[in-house]
Amino acid sequence: MSQPILEVNGLKKYFPIQGGIFGKTIGEVKAVDDVTFHVREGEILGIVGESGCGKSTTGKSILRLIEPTEGEVKFEGKDITNLRSEEMRKLRRDMQIIFQDPYASLNPRHTVEKIISEPLLVHGMKSKENRNKRVKELLEVVGLSSYHASRYPHQFSGGQRQRIGIARALANNPKLIICDEPVSALDVSVQSQILNLMEELRDAFQLTYIFIAHDLSVVKHISDRVGVMYLGRMVELAEKDALYAEPKHPYTQALLSAVPEPDPDIKKERVILEGDVPSPANPPTGCAFHTRCPFAMDICSQVRPEFGPVDDQHFVACHLYNDEQ
Amino acid sequence: MEEAILELTELSTHFFTDSGEIPAVDKVSFTVHKGEVVGVVGESGSGKSVTSLSILQLIPQPPGKIVSGSIRYKSENLAAANEKRMKKIRGNEISMIFQEPMTSLNPVFTIGNQMREAIRLHQKVSKRTATEKAVQMLKIVGIPRAENIVNEYPHQLSGGMRQRVMIAMAMSSDPSLLIADEPTTALDVTIQAQILDLMKKINEEKETSILLITHDLGVVADICDRVVVMYSGQVVEQGTTREILKVPKHPYTQGLIRSLPKLHGREEKLYSIPGTVARPRKDHVGCRFAPRCEFAFERCFKENPKLYNIGEGRESRCFLHSEQEGERLKDVTTNT
Repeated sequence: MSQPILEVNGLKKYFPIQGGIFGKTIGEVKAVDDVTFHVREGEILGIVGESGCGKSTTGKSILRLIEPTEGEVKFEGKDITNLRSEEMRKLRRDMQIIFQDPYASLNPRHTVEKIISEPLLVHGMKSKENRNKRVKELLEVVGLSSYHASRYPHQFSGGQRQRIGIARALANNPKLIICDEPVSALDVSVQSQILNLMEELRDAFQLTYIFIAHDLSVVKHISDRVGVMYLGRMVELAEKDALYAEPKHPYTQALLSAVPEPDPDIKKERVILEGDVPSPANPPTGCAFHTRCPFAMDICSQVRPEFGPVDDQHFVACHLYNDEQ
Repeated sequence: MEEAILELTELSTHFFTDSGEIPAVDKVSFTVHKGEVVGVVGESGSGKSVTSLSILQLIPQPPGKIVSGSIRYKSENLAAANEKRMKKIRGNEISMIFQEPMTSLNPVFTIGNQMREAIRLHQKVSKRTATEKAVQMLKIVGIPRAENIVNEYPHQLSGGMRQRVMIAMAMSSDPSLLIADEPTTALDVTIQAQILDLMKKINEEKETSILLITHDLGVVADICDRVVVMYSGQVVEQGTTREILKVPKHPYTQGLIRSLPKLHGREEKLYSIPGTVARPRKDHVGCRFAPRCEFAFERCFKENPKLYNIGEGRESRCFLHSEQEGERLKDVTTNT
């Protein structure tokens, strides 16, 4: 089994809520609340969850684009949570990110050449000639042509822009790429092009991805392992086949049953969850899901369940699987 | 077959912009029967939203204009109706809900206030009765604490709740047709499931016909009886949901379904349609899908195929269905 390239231990990110006339901190939004997982070299780890579950904050906290409140992030065995910003910037050569909205993440006033060569310059490729050569090479890799280099982002379609975003992330030969909803702004027929491209690139450059998305079918397609988040916590993590065939956590079960499938022959027992996701500023006590859980017991509102293994490589945070109960 | 509630015949809505005339909706015809849920599917730029807005004459004019065709609602042609008549139709006979419930609700008025306005616009009732009706509608769509919610503002509600309020408002005057333009696209899957269930309930209990505009074939499979597939401003295929999803005939529909990642079963590599969605152009020659179609041949680039009738209420816009091309069709169907 390959080594973990990234280890995340007890990651927390609390955003302060300011209020009152003096702008005092009157509370905290627990966006990410004690999340632990690791990513193996060369794998694709999918993270799914609904809006507000903290999946994007987790991704950004790993790169320290948002400073985590607590916890430890180890990249290739080295704790990076306390690195100075200069060292962190050097490390970002190995860790890159692709954003959701290809319209917002590219500077409209820069040419594609400038957009892609910027990370090259930052990381010390001084020669303009080399940079241009590399830009052209990258454009070809992501399925664009070298003559696109002199164009501006608005001249491209959504799918092409996402390709530019990918080329920029690849510029410095990273090892790990965090993909934050990379295909959710795209049309179905373009989405599959980008997913295929990402898989090809993974194989060609031995990349590791953390693939954050809300679309369960997309995550299933691309990932090796999948983690499910709810209200800032990781509730289940397993190999994708195990997770999709036999979801253990009641939330995962409900989530999977809620996905409408384009096949009229699949008749599912829908678990319709009552109500909405509670506010992360004031999460329920004990298990965060107990307010909507069809199997909630007394203990669920009191004690927060441990995130532990129930099967080989299958982790769940739920009292139903706690042997001592 | 039940009577037709809405019948579009060769509807064309064009936009007149600085860069020329854009046929966003190009001779679109389909029918919605009483109590039926019809889905209009397509990717961005396919003209599905413009079609739905045209029905209620909500296209800003200029630049947009319904240039030809008819929209027959019961026995009158809405394409020719004046603004006064349309005001009577909108929200009363035909209601519409939109994708983003936050922008469809006015943030400075309470929910009750807005619902009362909608109710009293179409029904001659007192304020008090209107409020009672509003509370009753909110209860029907499954909003807890409806008595309190009527006094709250839109920002105090979650996305799913807001969409429920929109549905309650749309249903308050008992319309015979509900047009839902991507009603669940902005919502999370678990909330989407709730809203789809609610729409199914309304359809079954009140026999309201629903015209559902969506890009999600999963949603279609869940709720629609029939499907109209649009591409680049034109209808490319229509038929019952089961037939369209199980045995798609048009190469675009086939490609679309094959390029979806599946929740069950596994595929090594996703199929993908090359290229991007073609924008509708006035001077387009040939089939709109031909440049991306793996079965395209000479004729496809020269003339635009008509909609071939291929069995019970089923239509497909592809030369592969014409008699001369019968042999090729066999290849296509055995390939998928």
